[in-house]
Amino acid sequence: MKKIYSVSVENRSGVLCKVAGLFSRRCFNIDSLAVGETDDPAVSCMTIVSSGDKRTIEQIEKQLNKKLDVIKVKTFDEAASISRELLLMKVKYNKSNRRDIMEVCEIMNAHIVDMSKTMMLIQMCDTSERIQLFINMFKTVSIVEVARTGTLALQKCNETE
Amino acid sequence: MTGADAIVKCLENEGVEYVFGYPGVAICPFYNSILESSIQTVLIRTEQNAAHAASGLTRVSGKPGVCAVTSGPGATNVITGIATAFADSIPLICITGQVNSALLGSDVFQEADITGAVESFVKYSYLVRDANDIPRIFKEAFHIANTGRKGPVLIDVPIDIQNMEVKKFSYPETVSMRTYKPTVKGNMVQIKKVAAELARAKRPIICAGGGVLLSGGEKELRTFAEKYEIPVVSTMMGIGVMPTKHPLYFGMVGNNGKPYANRAMNESDLLLMVGARVADRAVNQPDLITNNKVLVHIDVDPAEIGKNVGPSIPLVGDAKHIFDDLLLQDFTCEHRQWIKTLEEYRETMARKRNPNPAYVDPAGFITLLSEKMEDDGVYVADVGQNQIWSCGYHIVKKGRFLTTGGMGTMGYSIPAAMGAKLAQPHRQVIAVCGDGSFQMSMMELATMRQHHVPVKIVVLKNNYLGMVREFQHYNYKDNYSVVDLTGSPDLEKLSSAYDMKFLRLENMAKVDEMIDEFLKQDESVLLECIIDPMDLV
Repeated sequence: MKKIYSVSVENRSGVLCKVAGLFSRRCFNIDSLAVGETDDPAVSCMTIVSSGDKRTIEQIEKQLNKKLDVIKVKTFDEAASISRELLLMKVKYNKSNRRDIMEVCEIMNAHIVDMSKTMMLIQMCDTSERIQLFINMFKTVSIVEVARTGTLALQKCNETE
Repeated sequence: MTGADAIVKCLENEGVEYVFGYPGVAICPFYNSILESSIQTVLIRTEQNAAHAASGLTRVSGKPGVCAVTSGPGATNVITGIATAFADSIPLICITGQVNSALLGSDVFQEADITGAVESFVKYSYLVRDANDIPRIFKEAFHIANTGRKGPVLIDVPIDIQNMEVKKFSYPETVSMRTYKPTVKGNMVQIKKVAAELARAKRPIICAGGGVLLSGGEKELRTFAEKYEIPVVSTMMGIGVMPTKHPLYFGMVGNNGKPYANRAMNESDLLLMVGARVADRAVNQPDLITNNKVLVHIDVDPAEIGKNVGPSIPLVGDAKHIFDDLLLQDFTCEHRQWIKTLEEYRETMARKRNPNPAYVDPAGFITLLSEKMEDDGVYVADVGQNQIWSCGYHIVKKGRFLTTGGMGTMGYSIPAAMGAKLAQPHRQVIAVCGDGSFQMSMMELATMRQHHVPVKIVVLKNNYLGMVREFQHYNYKDNYSVVDLTGSPDLEKLSSAYDMKFLRLENMAKVDEMIDEFLKQDESVLLECIIDPMDLV
C-alpha cells in the first residue's frame, strides 16, 4: 500500500536526519522524499512517499508524531491528493530527431529550457507516472543526465478542511 | 554569570541533589561552577555507570537523575547507560561537554557527534549554540524527560558556550512547545467501552508493565483490581505493582515467568494490558493474547498500541489517570470462579526445583533474603540467571524491585543501587548480581567507598556466564563457548582492598544466620554465594 505523508517539522538543522533515521531504524521504506520551507520560515514541509502493510503505515504515522521536532503529520492516499515531481533531463540531439523530440515535449507538456548545438535540457513538471512515461519515450534518444525531485503532494481541496 | 553557572542554576531550580559523572576538559567549566552549589557530585569510575546510577536515583525518587560527562569518549561511554534508560523509559538528563563550537565538525581531539550518535536512544537531544538558551533548554529537557512516555534527554554543551557570558538568567515557569503535548488522560468514550466490556467479561485479567510504576499508578491499579476482584499478572518491569503475596497477584508472565501467569493470561477473555509494550520476552506469541478475547491496550505512548499486537480497544493515557477514571465508572461483575481456577493453577503449576545441597540454592536464598529484608527495601537485580531467579523468587512487600528488562544491560545493579541509596539513604538497598555482571561494574566499589554509600551486594558466584551457558546447554548441546569465568578475582581480597565487609555462604546450612549477619551491617558489605555452576533457571 502506498501512502503520502505530509510532515510539517521545525525548520532546524538535524531534523531531516532524525526523520530519515527513524525510517531506517524501523525498517520503513522511503520511496521518495522532498523537503522545503513553507510560508512560515520556521516550518519545513517534508513530503514522504512510503509503502508497507496496514500496520507499518500506521506505525510510520505514530512514530513520526513521537518525534519532538514534528509539528503535524498528514497521511493520505495518492488518489486523495495532487502530486507533482519535477524532472530536468539533458539529451543529445541531431538534425534527424530534433523535430521528434520537440513534438514529444509538446504532447507531454514539457519545456526545452536550455540548448546548445548538440544538447538540449528539458524540464517537465507532472505526476510520477507521467514523468516515467516521458523518460521512457527518450530511451531511444541518448539521455546524458537526469535529475528528478521527490514527489510533492497536497491533499485535494476539501471544503470540510 | 557564565553558561556553566547557568546550567548549575537550572539544576538547582529543578531540585537536583546529585550529579553523577566524570570530568574532562570539555565539561570542566561546569564542574568548576558546581563547586559553588549545594548539589553534590559523585565521581563514578566509568561513564556508563553514571547513567545507571542516575537511573537508580530516578526510579526511587521519581525525579530525573542527572549525569554529566565530557566530550568524545566520555560521551560515547555513556551511550549504553542512556540506551538502557531509554529501553526502560527511565527519565534522565545527560549533560555532555563538547569541543569549541567553532571546531565542531572538524574532528578535533575528543570530538564526537554525540547528539547524532544517541538519536535512536534518547527522547530528545539538544546541542546548545547560545548560552542564553540554557534556561529554556533545561526547563524543556526536564519536562520532556519526565512526562508522557518518559525517557532520557541529552544536552550537548560546547565548552565555549559553558564559558560564554549569559546576559540575564531567568528560569522559565512553564514550557511551551508546539510539538509536544502528551496525552495522559484517557478518552472517556473508550473508558466507558472498557467498563462495559469488563461488566460482560467472565475471565478478565490485568497485565501490568513498567508504565504503571512510571506513572505512579500502582495504588490506583491495586484499588481497582481489589474493587472488582480482577486478577493481576505483570511483566518483568511491572514487578512490584502488586505485593508478591497479594491474593490477586499471579506472578510474572513471559518466557522466564511463571507458567500459571502465562496460562492465566492466555485463558482470560478480557486482557487489560497496561503500560507494557508486548515485546517478545513477555509475549512470544502475540496471537495468543488476541485470539478469543478482548484486548484492551492502555499506554501513554500511542505508538506502542498496535505496534506488536492489534488491540480491540486502544486507550491512550497513563495508568494512574486511566485507573482513576475507571474507578469512577460504576459496573458490577463477579469472577469468584475464575479466581478460584487461577488459585488452583498457582498451587499446582509452580515450577519445582531440585537444588543441589552442596551449594547455595539461589531460589531459596532469594526468597529468604527478601522475606528478611525491610518491608520498603529496594532490591536491584542485575542481568543473567541472577535476574531470572530474582524475578521468580524475590518477594515484594512494600519496597521496589529494580532491574533492566528492556535492554538487559549487565552491570546495572551496583551503580543503580548506589543511585537508589543516595536518593533515599534511609531505605535498605541490595544489589544482587552474578559474578559476570559484578565484574562489569566492580570499579564502582571505589565510588561507594569514596562517597560513603552503604550498598549491600550479593554475588551469586558460579564461575560462569550462567545465562549464556544455559542457552548453550539447551541449544548447542553443552558446547560451551567463551562462558568460563576462570581468572575472576578473589572477592574476599577484593572486598578488603576496598575496606568492605565480606561474607561467604557456601551452602544452605547456615543461610538464616548469614542473611541476618548480611542485613545487619551498616556499612557496605559483599556476600558471596557459591551456587551450582550447572544450575538452570
